[in-house]
Amino acid sequence: MLEISGLHARVANGAEILKGISLTVGKGEVHAIMGPNGSGKSTLAGVLVGRDRFEVTAGSVTLEGADLLALTPEERAVRGVFLGFQYPVEIPGITNAYFLRTALNSVRKARGQTELDAMEFLTLLKQKARLMEMDPSFLNRSVNEGFSGGEKKRNEILQMAVLEPRLAILDETDSGLDIDALKVVAAGVNALRSPERSVILVTHYQRLLDHIVPDHIHVLAGGRIVKSGGRELALALEAQGYGWIESAAGKA
Amino acid sequence: MSAEENKTLNNLTEQEYSYGFVSDLEQEIIPPGLSEDVVRWISRKKEEPEWLLDWRLQSYRTWLSMHEPHWARADYPVIDYQAISYFAAPKTNKDGPKSLEDVDPELLKTYEKLGIPLQERAALAGVAVDAVFDSVSVATTYKGKLAELGIIFCSFSEAVREHPELVRRYLGSVVPRTDNFYAALNSAVFSDGSFVYVPKGVRCPMELSTYFRINAKGTGQFERTLIVADEGAQVSYLEGCTAPKRDENQLHAAVVELVAMADAKIKYSTVQNWYPGDKEGRGGIFNFVTKRGLCAGRRAHISWTQVETGSAITWKYPSVVLKGDESVGEFYSVAVTANRQQADTGTKMVHIGRNTRSTIVSKGISAGHGQNTYRGLVKVGRNAHNARNHSQCDSLLMSSACGAHTFPVIEVANTSAVVEHEATTSRISEDQLFYCRQRGIPQEEAVALIVNGFCKSVFKELPMEFAVEAQKLLQVSLEGSVG
Repeated sequence: MLEISGLHARVANGAEILKGISLTVGKGEVHAIMGPNGSGKSTLAGVLVGRDRFEVTAGSVTLEGADLLALTPEERAVRGVFLGFQYPVEIPGITNAYFLRTALNSVRKARGQTELDAMEFLTLLKQKARLMEMDPSFLNRSVNEGFSGGEKKRNEILQMAVLEPRLAILDETDSGLDIDALKVVAAGVNALRSPERSVILVTHYQRLLDHIVPDHIHVLAGGRIVKSGGRELALALEAQGYGWIESAAGKA
Repeated sequence: MSAEENKTLNNLTEQEYSYGFVSDLEQEIIPPGLSEDVVRWISRKKEEPEWLLDWRLQSYRTWLSMHEPHWARADYPVIDYQAISYFAAPKTNKDGPKSLEDVDPELLKTYEKLGIPLQERAALAGVAVDAVFDSVSVATTYKGKLAELGIIFCSFSEAVREHPELVRRYLGSVVPRTDNFYAALNSAVFSDGSFVYVPKGVRCPMELSTYFRINAKGTGQFERTLIVADEGAQVSYLEGCTAPKRDENQLHAAVVELVAMADAKIKYSTVQNWYPGDKEGRGGIFNFVTKRGLCAGRRAHISWTQVETGSAITWKYPSVVLKGDESVGEFYSVAVTANRQQADTGTKMVHIGRNTRSTIVSKGISAGHGQNTYRGLVKVGRNAHNARNHSQCDSLLMSSACGAHTFPVIEVANTSAVVEHEATTSRISEDQLFYCRQRGIPQEEAVALIVNGFCKSVFKELPMEFAVEAQKLLQVSLEGSVG
């Protein structure tokens, strides 16, 4: 599905942040990327979706064989790449429902599929909103405007449910959530797990992984993956913090 | 903002004007220049009564003593008023068209290009159109149907002929002929326009609509519109403007007067898309317009909604004088300046009666080298107890070379007044654009989406068919397409 090889990236004209990342995510797999602040987790997510504040200096990324780095952000979305934003953006004056319909129909159009009319879309949206336990009134409010932190994150997962991506990257989706909101969000993500859909969870804390159990865990430090493993790695991090990993890796 | 995004924004904001075509019609034009003789010539040409000629001449004499105002935040050369021709009428049959069949087919084609629903489409849309082609109204539809209700909707010239008592009573009653330089000029040489009278207790059953178009080269257009809603009457009036492409600047100095009696309601909506000039600022319309409404009686209600995307220079302050107790004034505005356009626009809300209320919502969008100024006055008189005003002025910047300026003035002479002013200025945000693009929405459509969201609180005040047109115009001025 996703093949990252020797990836180096820096802030445009700035310091190098990713220093050679290689990672393979198979179809239907859930990978967690963990690491301390400043390790490059969010940069990796940003590079994968084509944020132009980052500049790739070496390496390659392919999605189902296609060169992902050559595509614009919207083309990547059409290929099924989705980012759950750490800080979802507000768009005043545009309702959630209208925004999502525009998004869904944009990708459908680009894929040569028929666009959904207002009624078809509304039916779909209501069904997905129930899944996220979202009050239907949210659909008619401006995108993320006046939403609480938890509501914004839930809204991200709702968008994921509607857009049905092949590769979902969830950037710190657990940050700012209380335990109840975390459970709802995790339940939503679990419901969307499928053999056809790969997920990358970017997180600082292991507690998200109690609710969304990953197949693989990678620890990022100093712009490199310093350790990969299974569930037990997250528990070790929970118990011992990131310090031992960083020193074991001889922090760059 | 990234180079790529800048490039797209530039492409979007430098769209060519798509309404620039010239009708091949024989026109009757008088030679350029302005004098008492020209004023007399216009009045005679229109077979006007003596009192109106006198009114024009007095206006002309006052105008001679006035100075062209240059306090607006707009740069333009001094206008040579002697170089302008003050009358242009399509040369058709001597007696004028009796019905659509009599209208010059070239003219109808022009309207068709503009998408004006003049014939069956008018019926389907329920719109009565009083089409002003340059200076003379050529076709008025639905007059019969409106007449059954006692509603008068006709060209200004016809109103002078058929309803002189009404015209004489209200002409200049809201905008005095000496009000300002351009109003005085208009009062002297106005050519034609629209007249509406809605009698007591009658609700006009359809939206009334006028399209203005400047077609002849080097001619000014001086519209005069007068709308009177008698006690308890209601009317919604739509005005749309497009002009073909010209290289020299053309002057447009209109006057619109609204009179709302007790319990009457007038809603006046404008979509203005005059030719804005090219990328370097050559050509384009100078739009110097005086629009004012008078809430004459208790609980009268006047609402202005405008979407201004065109003109090289816009100088326009649709205002409401809240004389009647408990009367209400509203101003909703979207003004777009792209390329080298300059807009200095806003409103005046003058509170005189008790318990009067006013609302101002202004959205300015600046792109390219556009300069967008909001200028507003909220004035609460000594006896205007419990006056309320809320003003919201938001500016959106789309390039690094454009500008947004806000000059709100508040004068309060009554301690019971509550006046609120909120203002924001923001750049179109890279984060918003990226968020849309990550969801698969192409950049151009993302820009359209965000700008439409920004204008939402004004668009929702427009009648449905105009809201669609307004979004279309925003798209033409700023974007490739709205999703």
